[in-house]
Amino acid sequence: MSLDLSSGLKKKIEEIVSHYPKKEAALLPVLHLVQRERGSITAEEERIVAGLLGLHPIKVREVVTFHTMFMQKPLGTYHIQVCSNLTCSLLGGEKLIDYLQKKLGVRIGETTGDGRFTLSQVECLGACEQAPCMMVNFNYYGHLDRDKLDAILGGLA
Amino acid sequence: MSPAAEKILTRNFGLESYFKIGVYRKHNGYRAQKKALLEMNPAQVLEEVKKAGLRGRGGAGFPAGLKWSFVPQNVDKPRYLCVNADEGEPGTFKDRYILAHNPHLLLEGIVITAFAVGIHAAYVYIRGEYEAMARRLEGAIAEAYESACLGKNIMASGFDLDVFVHRGAGAYICGEETALLESLEGKRGHPRVKPPFPASVGLFQCPTVINNVETLANIPSIIEHGAQWFLDQGLPRDGGTRMFGVSGAVVRPGIYELPVGTSLKKIIFDHAGGLKPGKTLKAVIPGGLSSPILRADEIDIQMDCDSLAGAGSMLGSAAIIVIDTESSIMDVLKTVAKFYAHESCGQCTPCRVGTTWIHKIIKRMAAGEGEAEDLDAIVRLAFNIKGKTLCPMGDAAAMPIISMVQKFRTELESSLRKM
Repeated sequence: MSLDLSSGLKKKIEEIVSHYPKKEAALLPVLHLVQRERGSITAEEERIVAGLLGLHPIKVREVVTFHTMFMQKPLGTYHIQVCSNLTCSLLGGEKLIDYLQKKLGVRIGETTGDGRFTLSQVECLGACEQAPCMMVNFNYYGHLDRDKLDAILGGLA
Repeated sequence: MSPAAEKILTRNFGLESYFKIGVYRKHNGYRAQKKALLEMNPAQVLEEVKKAGLRGRGGAGFPAGLKWSFVPQNVDKPRYLCVNADEGEPGTFKDRYILAHNPHLLLEGIVITAFAVGIHAAYVYIRGEYEAMARRLEGAIAEAYESACLGKNIMASGFDLDVFVHRGAGAYICGEETALLESLEGKRGHPRVKPPFPASVGLFQCPTVINNVETLANIPSIIEHGAQWFLDQGLPRDGGTRMFGVSGAVVRPGIYELPVGTSLKKIIFDHAGGLKPGKTLKAVIPGGLSSPILRADEIDIQMDCDSLAGAGSMLGSAAIIVIDTESSIMDVLKTVAKFYAHESCGQCTPCRVGTTWIHKIIKRMAAGEGEAEDLDAIVRLAFNIKGKTLCPMGDAAAMPIISMVQKFRTELESSLRKM
């Protein structure tokens, strides 16, 4: 794998760094961009980002592992994130997670063999009025039940 | 409280493309900003907001004007505004609606606030999952720059302000104001020791104002209609409306913008349509997951900061979670304990170790291997967290757990026997 980021991304990073009086403040936005281009933040991406922002790689590792949205290994094409917080679990969210584990043949945190789906259990997504809810990549889906899950998953290319 | 109080924040949510600057302006948008920048001076803006009794909508309920007045004006450093759009308190989803439907109202509030405090750079820290809302806000910011509502020499007033969107990446603690500052600086979100408070030593060691999205979105109406009008919408010491977010076992979950001080019972039964058919109310969490639980017989209460505090709970983010009698408090307790154990940042030992042990014990109880003494153990652990941590997350974890065990002990004990 090439160590280089695309020139478009490098330009975007330069622009973002200019928003802050200190370069390292751009760390979260830069990690988001790099993850979007490369799929995950492995040790290699950590080193690239550290170099760009003048940080020691361990400072980048600290931030990557502190958050739930930076992936240290590649995900499936569709990242299914089911809320397991209070409102969703009151309305059956946990049963939906059980259902998805059986349907996809994976446990929480795993990716299907064909690389299409990764299943995660997450905390409150901020869409409690649509409980039980989930995100697939960055799209929200609410008022879920088994039939709706089947339809949503079946409709994904 | 005026019976026919107006909707301040959600009034135009139904209008098509209201998030576009053209439509927003057609409905009197950016009028308050123009008034503040061209007809008032910063001290007058500050005074008006102080008089309006606007209390923080993020959770702590601190008066916004007072917070601004703590920022020193005589130091030779830039000052910053951080907008807290990290909305992570479980049950809370109001700021998502403002960001999606009314981004220009937020921007207008940001400009007026920055003008009052002498700020020229603002960062909106928005939770990572709200990617669509971040894009919508970025679109609104671009429109505002093009229309001279942001940037250099705003509305030919001579006032400059830049606004940047900064996305978080999934960490509840980053909604705590000093953790948010650390995170914005590119570090792990570990809360800071206070004092010094952010007003004097905040972002990049400079004086900083941190306000919640809904708080800032109220500012334009205060400038447009005056402090007294705003107070008239709510209560004498707690002005305006709140965006009550109702979720759980109700017929119509959603956002209800109502006067501060509206009865909790009315919100649940009149506005949200009451319990779903065949269900009976057991308990309500009135202000986001961290607020102590109320029993069904305790909901005849006014929803304002002081009334909730008087009842031993808190208004918090005004996120109301409704629990029916078919849901077991043991399950609720397990979900609550899991969340705080997962989200403790690990900096303070009482919170890091306490939340983990509470979760382990409750998991064991919920699996049928618990005893009544375990309930005493978790309350003891919770009291060893409360008041013993750098940031309010310790209390946020301890309070709901203590209240659930104290108010539902009989049910919890009987569910232990049943297993």
